[in-house]
Amino acid sequence: MIQLRHLLSASDLDRGTAVEVLDTAATMAATQARQIKKLPPLRGRTVVNLFFEDSTRTRISFETAAKRLSADVINFSPKGSSVSKGESLKDTVLTLGAMGTDAIVVRHAASGAPHRLAHSGWTDAAVVNAGDGTHEHPTQALLDAFTIRRHLAGGGGDLAGLTVAIVGDVLHSRVARSNVSLLTTLGARVTLVAPPTLLPVGVDTWTCAHSYDLDRTIDELRPDALMMLRVQHERMSAAGGGFFPSPAEYQREYGLDAPRLARLGREAIVLHPGPMNRGLEITSAAADGHRSVVVEQVANGVAVRMAVLYLAMTGKETP
Amino acid sequence: MPTTRGGDQVDGRAVLTGEDIARALRRIAHEILEQSHGADGIVLLGIPTRGATLARRLAAIIGEIEPQFEPERCCGQLDVTLYRDDLRRLAPRTLGSTALPPAGIDDAVVVLVDDVLYSGRTVRAALDALGDYGRPRAVRLAVLVDRGHRELPIRADHVGKNLPTSRAERVTVRLRDVDGVDDVVIAPASRDGSRS
Repeated sequence: MIQLRHLLSASDLDRGTAVEVLDTAATMAATQARQIKKLPPLRGRTVVNLFFEDSTRTRISFETAAKRLSADVINFSPKGSSVSKGESLKDTVLTLGAMGTDAIVVRHAASGAPHRLAHSGWTDAAVVNAGDGTHEHPTQALLDAFTIRRHLAGGGGDLAGLTVAIVGDVLHSRVARSNVSLLTTLGARVTLVAPPTLLPVGVDTWTCAHSYDLDRTIDELRPDALMMLRVQHERMSAAGGGFFPSPAEYQREYGLDAPRLARLGREAIVLHPGPMNRGLEITSAAADGHRSVVVEQVANGVAVRMAVLYLAMTGKETP
Repeated sequence: MPTTRGGDQVDGRAVLTGEDIARALRRIAHEILEQSHGADGIVLLGIPTRGATLARRLAAIIGEIEPQFEPERCCGQLDVTLYRDDLRRLAPRTLGSTALPPAGIDDAVVVLVDDVLYSGRTVRAALDALGDYGRPRAVRLAVLVDRGHRELPIRADHVGKNLPTSRAERVTVRLRDVDGVDDVVIAPASRDGSRS
């Protein structure tokens, strides 16, 4: 059985480790159907949610996961803390460490902040990346892989032979980066679909294909899973920042609407990491339709995060 | 005869043969029925991996003796990994699966089944886990081998064989469904000092 010291990047996971995390998550998910959902393995341990960026579902999901495993949870947000007085990341972490922290779940606008935390020697705690800048969001990729596996791969093993299209604002998306890495590791074929302005420079060196044409991708590639990404207005300047001419045009070219939904394969599923811009990258018909697994993704997120915290916080202590 | 179990080399002295195991299980099945005055309300819960196999065999035997007992509706397995007290002492453990009978365990007489009773810590974890699934009328414990050296005030209600051992020795239960052969082997201390 593997032991995760930290979870910083989806690319740190090899195939065997990733499958083991997903299997552990499946067992955790099974316990969540019980009347008493709480489990005891992290009793007396402390998890700090260190969120320098806004988040609803990820923070609540990590908080729920930690509490279901009986850990104590401390939520930290920079608003109303000494960070607004100019305290550095280092001093914040040293302070939390002095209070006895066993794991730090960190979200930060700067890519690489979790890596810095894990390797700086500032803390002995296990570090779990909950999204850093435009770099990685590994637990989101794990929950997406878990959801795809449950629907399309019988709930076990890897994702060999499946085709996944990731559509939308890839440029600003840490979710896309983590998913490309993890889904490819698990044997799926991944294609990114976006306007050229929303694909990062050097995307041709990634382990996936890319296309500028959603209709052709749907008709020719027949994806088993379609992952719609949120258009990240907050990372663009006003009026879309010139990444696309208008929301209406983006919607027409890259939005998932009823006609496109109807052309998907019989078993195909639609994912979205949330929060959704309804009417922009996804219409309500697609978001609420029978192919949508968006709500299930949220439930699976708790199970996956329980698995990650369990694997990172139990086992022999490393010196 | 295979000489491995779960990939580990097994050598030592066989203390129970396949026939011995079958006879012990048959006796335990009768004891369970005798103590509960019939099969009414009995639920057998095995602790994975080999306890679950033993529970299924016990359920099948009880079904033969008492035709109104439905083995598949009254038998399940209970994984206790998340309730163990040594999670921080050993490498992370793979979680097993839990499958309870459809009717649950409320007001049932739950018979926990495991292969070897040793420190009693697994059974302690199982009792904690049971409490999160419901409130049985009574909980009993059936084990194939009791090797002594208890570290908690726990005893078994039904024992296949009492096996005095030293702590250094290893007791290995192998079952046909998992290991390809039915026997119980006792071996001198292994080089890596691990215990079972």
